[in-house]
Amino acid sequence: MSVAVDIRLHKGGFDLHSAFEAPATGFTALFGPSGCGKTTLLRVIAGLEPDARGQVRVGDETWQDARGTLPPHRRRVGFVFQQPVLFAHLDVRANLDYALRRRRGDGSGLSFAQVVELLGLDALLARRAPVLSGGERQRVAIAQALLSNPRLLLMDEPLSALDQASRSVLLPYLDQMQRELAIPVLYVSHALDEVARLTDHMVLMRDGRVVTGGDINTLLTRLDLPMAHGRNAEAVLRAAVHAQDDADGLTELRFAGGPLWVPRVDLPRGTAVRLRIRARDVSLALQPVSGTSILNTLPVTVAEIDDDGPAQVMVTLRAGDQLLLTRVTRRSQRLLDIAPGKAMYAQVKSVALLA
Amino acid sequence: MSDALLSAADLQALWLTLRLAALTTLLLILLGTPLAWWLARTRSRLRGPVEALVALPLVLPPTVLGFYLLLAMGPNGPLGGLSLAFTFSGLVLGSMVYSLPFVVQPLRDAFAAIGEQPLEMAACLGATPFDRFRSIVLPLARPGYITAAVLGFAHTLGEFGVVLMIGGNIPGETRVLSIAVYEHVEALDYAHAHTLSAFLLALSFVLLLLIYNRRLRRPGPA
Repeated sequence: MSVAVDIRLHKGGFDLHSAFEAPATGFTALFGPSGCGKTTLLRVIAGLEPDARGQVRVGDETWQDARGTLPPHRRRVGFVFQQPVLFAHLDVRANLDYALRRRRGDGSGLSFAQVVELLGLDALLARRAPVLSGGERQRVAIAQALLSNPRLLLMDEPLSALDQASRSVLLPYLDQMQRELAIPVLYVSHALDEVARLTDHMVLMRDGRVVTGGDINTLLTRLDLPMAHGRNAEAVLRAAVHAQDDADGLTELRFAGGPLWVPRVDLPRGTAVRLRIRARDVSLALQPVSGTSILNTLPVTVAEIDDDGPAQVMVTLRAGDQLLLTRVTRRSQRLLDIAPGKAMYAQVKSVALLA
Repeated sequence: MSDALLSAADLQALWLTLRLAALTTLLLILLGTPLAWWLARTRSRLRGPVEALVALPLVLPPTVLGFYLLLAMGPNGPLGGLSLAFTFSGLVLGSMVYSLPFVVQPLRDAFAAIGEQPLEMAACLGATPFDRFRSIVLPLARPGYITAAVLGFAHTLGEFGVVLMIGGNIPGETRVLSIAVYEHVEALDYAHAHTLSAFLLALSFVLLLLIYNRRLRRPGPA
């Protein structure tokens, strides 16, 4: 575990007391309802809340502990604000140069050209900050943060202030970062679809406290948490591209639970992909079903069962190393004798490729 | 009586006034910057009283201000040891008090308008506090500095009551433009009073025009 945080802050009647760990690479979501302290937690980690007490460690660096706290400019941190204003007196290139001139650490990290390429900023370099759209500002702010060569990147709901069109422009850049960045990213969000798409690891927050944290597949399928009981309850799976069927226009994905066929995606064999399978798109059978239009059937083991309304139960299914969710009626549960440990077949009606 | 547009004495008064205004503005910008910065950002309870003190010269009759400055500079006043009364240095000090709000208030507003985010962003990019002030605050507050300098300068040009109380009318030392005009009028020398007055009027107008033209050109706040 590379990022370790355990902090307290009392500010304006709000009590933040949060502890979590996050992996050394990849996106970790700080997920929770609005007002639960996610943004404040991010500010504490950056050193922007001088009254916070506790411990912040990133890799082998200690930014804050009982003995003292580093000011923000001495933490190698990148912070992307929810609505970045950038430096209004500078054009985009000068905004980026600002970060580059103050770059921390050794010669490692992304170069100017790499960052401009990663975030598609070539056409914007000569523009002045105030004329940029919200989505463009986000990209410049991310680029700035990356150019300062941080050990940890903090992003505060970068999509929440954007309209739908700007979001769909920005998302692919975030996907790209998700695949390519070598540093850990803490990504604050209250939108589950973003979290499912972008993050591997999740820290669940409520009322200034961390409820729990863990791998996204594990957390979304935990029946004691609210996410697995929502109307859009879903599992996020990791798989890899295995083969292409050109004749039928399909791509075969593989994970430890078996093969999954999806409409063709043009990615080379071995590329890691993320999939979303909704609870409502999975049904259970005792035998592999023949004579069905459903392409994907996986052998699974029933893991857990939990009440989900008066007529239904939510069931988690182990498929290889990952879990799926399905919702079945109590009648089906009784008729098929669905119980933990039972081997069954999951018919998957729809698989969405997230990124 | 000389026929020249401005007599040697008047030129001396003009030169003295310009020196006084320039020096006062420079010192006020330097000393006003930390004060304005503190006012723009502090959450201290002292903020209200300090704001009120800074604004006092806006409402007090200059003679009242000058009277207390004279007492302070008098032999038994707290500044008595410096023998400032009826000297140029004393005038500079008096002018700084008199023009304080005209410099501090625009600076304070300019600092406040920058907001927290650019500074926090710069800090996260590795900029030290001094670096942030130099690279972010100064450029973003530039219009505020220009307004502060012009207003401070123009306001000091027009000083009369304070000078009358603490400076008197010593040629080359404390005899400023406004006093010279007063003298001419007292002596019924309207021609010279007119020249000097017109000059002061034109200069003040041009300085103010400088500010307001800038404001017009600048696009409104986003």
